[in-house]
Amino acid sequence: MGRGGSRAAPAAAAPPWHALPDEVWEHAFSFLPSASDRGAVAGSCHSWLRAERRSRRRLIVANCYAAAPRDAVERFPAVRAAEVKGKPHFADFGLVPPAWGAAAEPWVAAAADGWPLLEELSFKRMVVTDECLEMIAASFRNFQVLRLVSCEGFSTAGLAAIAAGCRNLRELDLQENEIEDCSIHWLSLFPESFTSLVTLNFSCLEGDVNITVLERLVTRCRNLKTLKLNNAIPLDKLASLVRKAPQIVELGTGRFSADYHPDLFAKLEAACAGCKSLRRLSGAWDAVPEYLPAFYCVCEGLTSLNLSYATVRGPELIKFISRCKNLQLLWVMDLIEDHGLAVVASSCNKLQELRVFPSAPFDAAEQVSLTERGLVDVSASCPMLESVLYFCRRMTNEALITIAKNRPNFTCFRLCIIEPHTPDYITHQPLDAGFSAIVESCKGLRRLSVSGLLTDRVFKSIGAHANRLEMLSIAFAGNSDLGLHYILSGCKSLKKLEIRDCPFGDKPLLANAAKLETMRSLWMSSCSLTLGPCQQLARKMPRLNVEVMNDPRRACPLDSLTDESPVETLYVYRTIAGPRSDTPAYVQIV
Amino acid sequence: MSVETERSSTESSAVSGLDFEDTALTLTLRLPGSTSSSSSSSPDPDRKRASSDADPDHSPLTAAASSDAPPAPKARVVGWPPVRSYRKNALADVVGSSKAKQAAKFVKVAVDGAPYLRKVDLEAYAGYDQLLRALQDKFFSHFTIRKFADDERKLVDAVNGTEYVPTYEDKDGDWMLVGDVPWKMFVETCQRLRLMKSSEAVNLAPRAARLAFLKERGNFALLRFFT
Repeated sequence: MGRGGSRAAPAAAAPPWHALPDEVWEHAFSFLPSASDRGAVAGSCHSWLRAERRSRRRLIVANCYAAAPRDAVERFPAVRAAEVKGKPHFADFGLVPPAWGAAAEPWVAAAADGWPLLEELSFKRMVVTDECLEMIAASFRNFQVLRLVSCEGFSTAGLAAIAAGCRNLRELDLQENEIEDCSIHWLSLFPESFTSLVTLNFSCLEGDVNITVLERLVTRCRNLKTLKLNNAIPLDKLASLVRKAPQIVELGTGRFSADYHPDLFAKLEAACAGCKSLRRLSGAWDAVPEYLPAFYCVCEGLTSLNLSYATVRGPELIKFISRCKNLQLLWVMDLIEDHGLAVVASSCNKLQELRVFPSAPFDAAEQVSLTERGLVDVSASCPMLESVLYFCRRMTNEALITIAKNRPNFTCFRLCIIEPHTPDYITHQPLDAGFSAIVESCKGLRRLSVSGLLTDRVFKSIGAHANRLEMLSIAFAGNSDLGLHYILSGCKSLKKLEIRDCPFGDKPLLANAAKLETMRSLWMSSCSLTLGPCQQLARKMPRLNVEVMNDPRRACPLDSLTDESPVETLYVYRTIAGPRSDTPAYVQIV
Repeated sequence: MSVETERSSTESSAVSGLDFEDTALTLTLRLPGSTSSSSSSSPDPDRKRASSDADPDHSPLTAAASSDAPPAPKARVVGWPPVRSYRKNALADVVGSSKAKQAAKFVKVAVDGAPYLRKVDLEAYAGYDQLLRALQDKFFSHFTIRKFADDERKLVDAVNGTEYVPTYEDKDGDWMLVGDVPWKMFVETCQRLRLMKSSEAVNLAPRAARLAFLKERGNFALLRFFT
């Protein structure tokens, strides 16, 4: 690269590289794949800042309160795809009371004003109203992708607005939302001329859809690759839908339950035989193992299998999975048991992600034989396994040490031993040694959830060794403030920390206040926090929002509380937007 | 067995104002709140529980790992194990265990001025307060519930000041004010709900008259509560 100026050329010299016009940089930056690279580039100098922000096409706002919507839209005027996330992760488990916040409306309104060319919008854990959906349908003439994950606040009326208004819609992806059923035939509102759908996922919708309309829609959308149905679609209709979309790549079957009929079986089998491109399969398969063989012809091609809502158990399930030799992702219930996982271990050598969910999480009496054995087997035989979520009832340090040795390539390790404080069931020791082995061995670990009986010692290991760890979830663990201090003073890459029911106080927070600004957020509930130090933290760190949440049913106003009052829930996050103005009565920003 | 904390190299002088030796924190290998390593029943005074439906004086949940006895019945901790509500509901339907959802009672809720109906499951609430709070959440982000002297309840849209009176249609087709009858009776008889604008609710009789009407109509069960 020329160093500008020093060598005079006979013709006009090329401008020095630092004086190149913005368009050149914008073009160069378009090759940068990740947002963090773009962020680094933007931080180099003013001209790069300008060029980068004007050419940013994809924006992820991982905390909707970290920046004001209008500021984000103004800063990145060329955005075509935006993703915004709202409530903290523990909201999934009911730890965030209703009306907490995370309204999508300000984001939709700002986008409607500043991003008229917006094509994709994705909301996670936010309150999305029908008005939002109507605004989306009305504001973006080239709107193509709507993805709503774990959201609430809208109904089929909003979906109707999307269907009627988004002429170029390619993806409507509704994952695990709470959708009110207004008995509106929203599917009918896709015009007859509408053929652009590539993804249609309404698996979380309770309530009926007009199947004839659905069939016509599926028939005319020749590019449909993902179809995930809800529970209202009966099995014979499933077969006819699949026959109409043989090009399907991802299929979600909804509630798959019917008495066994050879005719129906044959129909299903024939429909599947036509699906040469089917790679991902999911559904709530309900106690009809006799139908599984109808899908045998697609097993070989499957890379992703989600049976985590299926209560199928026994030999049929295992036989089915053993045929899926190319599986990369497997989500199952613990009904698969250890011997099923042993078969997975020997059959599915390409497995990258395994999730095992509890079939009876609240009923200790209903024991399934799923133990540490299953996880050890899979970790031993699946060399590409890097992501695990595992619910079980017992564990040993030895098993964890073995797993750590087998699989140093874990990037995500989430172990949930269902009963809090469960020690190693053989030695009765805490599971410190086991989890320490995991963090010491798995140098690329980005996400970790710990459980069982744990002392401060495990946090010392995590703080010291988990250098790439970005998200850590802790429950019912530790002995003292030291545990939290180890985490906050270590874990160089930590972005999200969520803690519940641990004996951690506020001293480590004050001692490591600066760390909190390097993180996206901190959640602490049912720990040993008091109000005074939280206020102190807020005063010390003006760029953090320190939200204190108490029991919504408690009548006494937060203003009257003393420094020593216990704080039930603390949620701290960095922000450039200052305190939010939409807090409910039970949240105070201190 | 306890281990004194040592100043490790990870604790730098940036730990301002915090001297771990002064606070004499010690590492111990024991369950919080117990003196033995096996199951304990003594409550830990430092624990604060988020549980709303748990037994107030239940002990920290411990696994009787060393015993073969079936686990003692224990109070449920909120949000544990970490299974998403969506998955929990799906499980309840599918697995059909004893924890399955009880028969739900969905009724349509109409709000004067809103273009569409919503549905609520009356069985999901324990009383009028919870129901009203849920209505507040579902329909209006800026509602407050006002309780008036004679125990009438109104929902107020703080944005425009409109007052709404919750009413319901009962089995006899009469429109009644929410809150007059005992909760269980209400759940049984309510067919649908309507949040009526206060200005239109002037025709609803005052409480005493409504109770007289109910008595007359033969809701004898009510008499127990109001005599």
